Amino acid sequence: MSMPIAPPGWSRWLVPPAALSVHLSIGQAYAWSVFKPPLESALDLTGTQSALPFQLGIVMLGLSAAFGGRWVERNGPRRAMTVALVCFSSGFLISALGAATGQYWLIVLGYGFVGGIGLGIGYISPVSTLIKWFPDRPGMATGIAIMGFGGGALIASPWSTQMLDSFGRDGHGIALAFLVHGLVYAVFMSLGVLLIRVPRAPLAADPLPAAPAAESVRTDTGPQVSANSAIRTPQFWCLWVVLCMNVTAGIGILEKAAPMITDFFSGTSAPVSVSAAAGFVALLSAANMAGRIGWSSTSDLIGRKNVYRVYLGVGALMYLLIAWFGDTSKPLFVICALVILSFYGGGFATVPAYLKDLFGTYEVGAIHGRLLTAWSLAGVLGPLIVNRVADAQKEAGKSGATLYGLSFTIMIGLLVVGFVANELIRPVHPRHHHIPSPRKAADDERSVRTEQHPA
Amino acid sequence: MTSEASVPSSTPPDRRRVPLILFAWLWVGAPLAYGLYELVLKVRQLFTG
Repeated sequence: MSMPIAPPGWSRWLVPPAALSVHLSIGQAYAWSVFKPPLESALDLTGTQSALPFQLGIVMLGLSAAFGGRWVERNGPRRAMTVALVCFSSGFLISALGAATGQYWLIVLGYGFVGGIGLGIGYISPVSTLIKWFPDRPGMATGIAIMGFGGGALIASPWSTQMLDSFGRDGHGIALAFLVHGLVYAVFMSLGVLLIRVPRAPLAADPLPAAPAAESVRTDTGPQVSANSAIRTPQFWCLWVVLCMNVTAGIGILEKAAPMITDFFSGTSAPVSVSAAAGFVALLSAANMAGRIGWSSTSDLIGRKNVYRVYLGVGALMYLLIAWFGDTSKPLFVICALVILSFYGGGFATVPAYLKDLFGTYEVGAIHGRLLTAWSLAGVLGPLIVNRVADAQKEAGKSGATLYGLSFTIMIGLLVVGFVANELIRPVHPRHHHIPSPRKAADDERSVRTEQHPA
Repeated sequence: MTSEASVPSSTPPDRRRVPLILFAWLWVGAPLAYGLYELVLKVRQLFTG
């Protein structure tokens, strides 16, 4: 499978739907909870056991993104998307076999291990290609794709629920649902494999447009840093801290949103019902998704550093407002939580463009993959802080909003740490820049020309 | 990505690709619209539940 170079006249607006077809599919991971209750009753599992495929999937996402990033850069987005398609779909098919035969380990292996590799490779596969197609609007381009990861659960959650309602919630019904998921996602993701193209080099033979074409873009210049060099720079680790703190703060609310809003207003004249709490969780998902496209597009206008100042600074302020006045006003609580969740999504979506600004496009996908290890830590840290603190406060006889006061103070502290780390980010020193040897550069040039004009 | 160009081509986009662009966006837009519709139904519970 050769590098899919775009033919003349290929529109760059075909690349975001290619990326979305992958991200909307793998975003299904966040809807795993739909399968938990039926699996628990069909296979006699505990809640901890039924969470295992999802947890392993997220671990594999981080590991495969971190270690597979350079492979993705070397082999291109089409091969990467193919691997993502095969792994993600076969994960469901293996799980279908596991559910049909009552072998839970097959579900853990299939959805968690094999499918998790698909999550990681799929997540990073279109990032560097999008940045190369949209050097003028990298934030918007990666925002569209990464918004898809948030949107995937919105689609999968009702879809999977309806499927289980139709097929039944026993082993046979779950197996059938897994089978349909695997097949449909394979077809859906194939659009990405077929449409993805990398931009071709401008050749001397290319006719120059008489006027600036609608889709002509400025030449991408700036530093070019390899993935191995990037992780030796303080900029990478500062950004790692920024992402980790921002994600931790967002997950802190996201993970416990329903019980949190119920606890906050339990002692008031307007308590929150179970269905209203579910509506609040859905609203947070919408804010998370809107933040991905909205804030990352804004970063193209105001700059990456400034937008992270907003995420971390205003995020801390929002936590402060919730901690001080959250239980006095439901609209204030909801608005602050929505803003925090929009910053959470925005942080994910803006980081590839921030990496591109700092390290260039040379191996930005691989660098992004390594940075996502911050997500893995935050995924543990955020829920751990909120749950441990709430449990400790409950044991101390507290209730309502006071269960969360300390964890919100910790979140504010973490956001301040992230803010300081963002302030410490400076342009990368030229000694880290990648300088291709003259012979390698000539080989690369020859390779591109041969692929575009095969003999 | 060693054999990949670093800048998009300056060639203007081919108008014959417009139907393909529409199809591709519909392919991803339709399920997303379904997800958003289901989301709006749930969000209403916050105000009515």
